[in-house]
Amino acid sequence: MLSYTLRRLAFAVPTVLVISLIVFLLLDMAPGDPTASLPLTIPLEVREQIRISLGLGEPVLVRYFKWLQMTLFTEPMHILAGLTGWNIAPEGPRILSWQTRSPVGDIIVQRVPQTLWVVGMGYLFGIMIALPIGVISAYRQYSWFDQVGTFVSMVGFSVPTFFTGVVFILVFSVWLGWFPSMYDTTHVVRDWNSFVFQVKQIAMPVAVLALYNASQISRFMRASMLDNLNQDYVRTARAKGLGEKAVVLVHVLRNSMIPVVTVIAIGIPTVFTGAIITEQIFRVNGLGDALIRAIYVSDWPMVQTITFIFAVLIVLFNLIADVLYGILDPRIRYD
Amino acid sequence: MKTRIALLGTAAAIMLAPAAAMAERERGSSGHLNVIYWQAVSTMNPYLSGGTKEMNAASIVLEPLARFDHMGELAPWLVDEIPTLENGGVSEDLKSITWRLSEGLLWSDGTPVTSADVVFSYEYCTHPEGGCSYRDRFAGIERVEAVDDLTVTVHFEDVTPNPYLPFVGAGSVVIQKAQFENCMGARAPECTDANFAPIGTGPYVVSNFRPNDVIEFTANENYRVPTQPYFATITWAGGGDATGAARAVFQTGEMDYAWNLQLAPEVIEQMEAAGRGTLLVDFGPLMERIELNFTDPSPDLPDDERGTRLHPHPILSDIRVREALSLAIDRELLTEIGYGPAGKPTCNFIVAPPAMASPNNDACLTVDKDRARELLDEAGWEVGSDGIRVKDGKRLELLFQTSTNAVRQDFQALIQQDWREIGVDTRLRNIDAGVFFGSDPGSPDTYLKFWADVQMYASLFEGTDPTPHLEQRRCGREPKPETQWQGQNINRYCNPEYDALWAELSREPNPERRQELVIALNDMFVQDFAHLPLVARGRVSAAANTVGGIILNVWDSEHWNQAEWYRIEE
Repeated sequence: MLSYTLRRLAFAVPTVLVISLIVFLLLDMAPGDPTASLPLTIPLEVREQIRISLGLGEPVLVRYFKWLQMTLFTEPMHILAGLTGWNIAPEGPRILSWQTRSPVGDIIVQRVPQTLWVVGMGYLFGIMIALPIGVISAYRQYSWFDQVGTFVSMVGFSVPTFFTGVVFILVFSVWLGWFPSMYDTTHVVRDWNSFVFQVKQIAMPVAVLALYNASQISRFMRASMLDNLNQDYVRTARAKGLGEKAVVLVHVLRNSMIPVVTVIAIGIPTVFTGAIITEQIFRVNGLGDALIRAIYVSDWPMVQTITFIFAVLIVLFNLIADVLYGILDPRIRYD
Repeated sequence: MKTRIALLGTAAAIMLAPAAAMAERERGSSGHLNVIYWQAVSTMNPYLSGGTKEMNAASIVLEPLARFDHMGELAPWLVDEIPTLENGGVSEDLKSITWRLSEGLLWSDGTPVTSADVVFSYEYCTHPEGGCSYRDRFAGIERVEAVDDLTVTVHFEDVTPNPYLPFVGAGSVVIQKAQFENCMGARAPECTDANFAPIGTGPYVVSNFRPNDVIEFTANENYRVPTQPYFATITWAGGGDATGAARAVFQTGEMDYAWNLQLAPEVIEQMEAAGRGTLLVDFGPLMERIELNFTDPSPDLPDDERGTRLHPHPILSDIRVREALSLAIDRELLTEIGYGPAGKPTCNFIVAPPAMASPNNDACLTVDKDRARELLDEAGWEVGSDGIRVKDGKRLELLFQTSTNAVRQDFQALIQQDWREIGVDTRLRNIDAGVFFGSDPGSPDTYLKFWADVQMYASLFEGTDPTPHLEQRRCGREPKPETQWQGQNINRYCNPEYDALWAELSREPNPERRQELVIALNDMFVQDFAHLPLVARGRVSAAANTVGGIILNVWDSEHWNQAEWYRIEE
């Protein structure tokens, strides 16, 4: 198992490098112009100077290697230095965002907590809702609970978050006035009242995301439970005289969880990619928001770096999912 | 209309407020203000951004020597009076201007503002490696000289009838030498702290800046007016979308001021009905137009000849066709559908300031499709079997391109219909704004290359002087391969009379005569149907009814008088 994990890790390195090259070149060839979003009152000669000052004058390979070196070494060191207070930040240039002219790493550090809070909670609540629903739906297949559950998850899965988000805002902030429609990113939790406010302001985006995630995962859970409920070992367990509770929650659930855990693990990178649309609707300043705004204004260093981080996370969590699979299911051993 | 109401409201509020309350208003007495910019602010250094949002946010920290007020008039800001020919501030030969800073001005860190800071601001922005966005404000300057601690003289290379470009307006601010001294040229972006929290002379200082997210401001303790600013703190939120921003002011009341609400007219109307806020609209020089290509964009031509003056346009070179296209467009309808209160149909190239807008071209506001058909008949275009006109076996077909944007696509569809009715077939195309407005000479899709027959976009000029804007349409200023497709004579217009008249304008110091010349140039251009003006577009913002003192200004930053905003007590 260990050698398998190490082998996979070793394979991940060239994968990530190839991805980095593709991401960089694709964006480099994209036809956007970072000065296109400036007002037309700025003359073309000045635009050309701005482009040169952004470093666009150098050959593409030189820029790629500089960027790679900074993404893999300089920026992580700066982030680590910022988090720990150690004096390890290397000297020299950093990846600068074209729109803010400030280091990309700093912006990412500012954005990650909001994404983790809002999107992470949405994912967590989604899982917490989905698992019981999936179990009950499968156990009582075709009951009214199953039918309602199926209907809700179909709605949750097929109605896009930009629709549910706006409906939530309309109902809960405009009509009822319960929750703020905008996320206050400067809010600090100090005492009970400010904690209540924090709960209020993340309630709606979390609810929207939880609904979406729950509908997806509950379907997986239900299908996986159904597969197992008809197995011979279940009949044996019942014949032995085990109670229904023990049969379902101990035997069936544990076996059904194997594929579901994999699905959940593979889904974790989406927590980081942030729910781009949901973040924008509720004005949550997460990573997804940073990414989409950078795309709008052709801020390629920002887009390249964030996309690359996502790529690394996806590779990593796929690996984790595979390893978990082996640990959970003793029948599957890779070596 | 709406502006007037808002202004009257403000005036009424000031008059109705009891005198005692007026006297009580002092620095910080209005508490906290919430501003929402749905396009978030990226940096507080306008020289490194060039965007309007950054310029607006920076304008409450960094200030110019003089700025334009809401009437478009010059107002002294860090000086006591505007230098003119009469008071000797502008030299007789029109080659220099001398500014004298007000006595006792302090930076927000308590140090005095001196002429060295002004000179430094010039050096900072003109550094060849800096990529300063407002470098054109400092074009044509020989040197900037500090005469004494408070006096600065700008020497121009040439005769400059309008010397009010450098250090005038929110794009040409004074920055502190001590703070930016080590941030010149290529090192400018390295000074993140300075760029995010510049030390300024304005009513507020940055206490917290998160790029593309939120800015927190507190009142500047060293602001030159002791009783201002009235709001103690400001949260300047960014992000979300225009609808969300409008909702926060009009419906939920979470925000006090929202910027740039380009929304469908009926959406705004509906939200405004909630009664919490007022829409503020005023009109500046921004105008949506259709450019007609005078050169042949045919893909059969080689790339370095396509869209150049070597090949005149086979259809649009005929003025009768151009006039017919103009006559067929229903500008009133377009304005109503696309912009509502935020637009006015127009037939002029120069739509503002009011004194420079020509009164001579309003005929185009009336749609006359019969006349349009007559003109096309005269030009030899005969109606074919499918209703599309044909001449010498060639169909009257135009490629119409613009940027991707809901309003523009509506306009395209309506205009396509209008033109179809006079027998012109139009193929529509829309291009991502990041590509269309880019200036990459390698891209075939930029508005500069204009490899289409007609295209639609909006343009404007900075400040109140349209001279540089009119200059763009001179012969030889067109984008072409020799200039890497740079140039702003987008439609490749070329008229020696126009050039001669412009040359006269560029030398004319007398304001009245300048106005006449601007109107004459405008008339010559639009009566030649060189392009088709459609809509004069206003600036649209929204303010909560509880905030007073706001005067929308289209000639400068919208926050030009931020220090005077206050909370109306209920």
